Amino acid sequence: MVDSLNTALRRVPAWLLYIVLPLPAFWFLYLGLTGGLGAEPIKALEQELGEFALQLLIVGLAVTPLRRFAGLNLIRFRRAIGLMAFFYVALHLLTWLVLDVQILSQIWADIVKRPYITIGMAGFVLLVPLALTSNNWSVRRLGPRWRKLHKLTYLAVLLGGVHYLMLAKGLQLEPLLYLGVILGLLALRIEPGKLRRRIGRRSAA
Amino acid sequence: MANRWKNTLTETDVTPETVYLNRRQLMGGAAGIGLAGLAGPAMAQEDALEPNEWDDITTYNNFYEFGTGKDDPARNAHALTTDPWSVKIDGMVDNPGEFAFEDIMARMTVEERIYRFRCVEAWSMVVPWNGFELADLLNLAGVQSGAKYVAFETLYRPDEMWGQKYPVLEWPYVEGLRLDEAMHPLTIMATGIYGRDIPNQNGAPLRLVVPWKYGFKSIKSVVRITLTDQEPPTSWNIANGREYGFYSNVNPEVDHPRWSQASERRIGGGLFARKIPTLMFNGYEEEVASLYEGMDLRKFI
Repeated sequence: MVDSLNTALRRVPAWLLYIVLPLPAFWFLYLGLTGGLGAEPIKALEQELGEFALQLLIVGLAVTPLRRFAGLNLIRFRRAIGLMAFFYVALHLLTWLVLDVQILSQIWADIVKRPYITIGMAGFVLLVPLALTSNNWSVRRLGPRWRKLHKLTYLAVLLGGVHYLMLAKGLQLEPLLYLGVILGLLALRIEPGKLRRRIGRRSAA
Repeated sequence: MANRWKNTLTETDVTPETVYLNRRQLMGGAAGIGLAGLAGPAMAQEDALEPNEWDDITTYNNFYEFGTGKDDPARNAHALTTDPWSVKIDGMVDNPGEFAFEDIMARMTVEERIYRFRCVEAWSMVVPWNGFELADLLNLAGVQSGAKYVAFETLYRPDEMWGQKYPVLEWPYVEGLRLDEAMHPLTIMATGIYGRDIPNQNGAPLRLVVPWKYGFKSIKSVVRITLTDQEPPTSWNIANGREYGFYSNVNPEVDHPRWSQASERRIGGGLFARKIPTLMFNGYEEEVASLYEGMDLRKFI
């Protein structure tokens, strides 16, 4: 099953994702302009973009575990998934800046004063160097440091999940589910053997 | 006692629906220009109090008993049975008991009140309520001299209000007012909107409306009113006392810990709606400021 799926996926060009994945953004914008996002489309658009960004980040985080535990190989699509996630985070931020807060002086005040916004902004800032170094040239240039740098994704996605949880009023289920999935995917990366070796080394020193 | 407060607005202030539609189309056409808004005028001014459209008022609701999404109540509240309905009035009153909704309505004077409605989440509407003064209902029950507060309770019926199966808040939803706030002429129990029966998602068959306080104080689908001499617990205060106080008066100078309360977005302005400044006591300062004389409103949030 997985083998035939892998074979089928090999025929899908990665560039297709750069055409398909931006489509929801246009769809959300269209809905917002035509009343499809309800009586208050600004917050709704912001939330749709943010949630889709978080979903893409989670898919990106799932690529390695899917290969390791299910044998499904999506590694070829990971760059496009990551870049598209960044694209949606940026749109989410832009919506907040231009349509939601509107007032320049308040934007900075919010970033410093409101912890959930500070955390969201930190997540975005962490993603910027990753997006900038997602090209082949950077991968070659940075060599082994590239892998290290891109481990920042783990922190960025975690911040995104926390950001979502913190902005909810009351104890809401959806942000908890997102954060649970993120923590689960991060936990899968802990290799018990490696951890034991590292702890062993530390106690020996 | 009814009719103690009159709208300064007349029927001509109500914008016909066709004008709304035209305005919406205009805004759609201005989509491209809208992006230039960031450098443009900081805030639009509120020039006239135009009631929101029926569809806005009845599809954009916070009523967590039916889900936490803004459109959840409109989708799920049809499950609520509002007939028969009665309100238990108890505590420090001369005539405690169960009052059938019809009997209450037969004895109350229903009037129209066009009020600003400001949510703690920094959005607002203007709603043409129909309802009666809470004072009239309380007088019907006969408030005893020692009573200082009024406690309210929403229906608890998880079979019909599925949101109550989840611990988003402690159920049933409870709210409270000081007695002088409850007896104030602006404080009403709403039973209709635009002259029609109030829809379930807006708190059928009767709900509190306290226009100078954040929306969550205006408890919906009320089944119990208790007169007491103790400050009653209130749902959002129980959930997060740092963010939601007992008073929760609309106050642009005291921010919510997670966002500014200095401005608000009037619902119905579409994707490029400008923000408008929030008014002290939601624009009812003249009427209610005296209730809080000598109180530090930064402390008593």
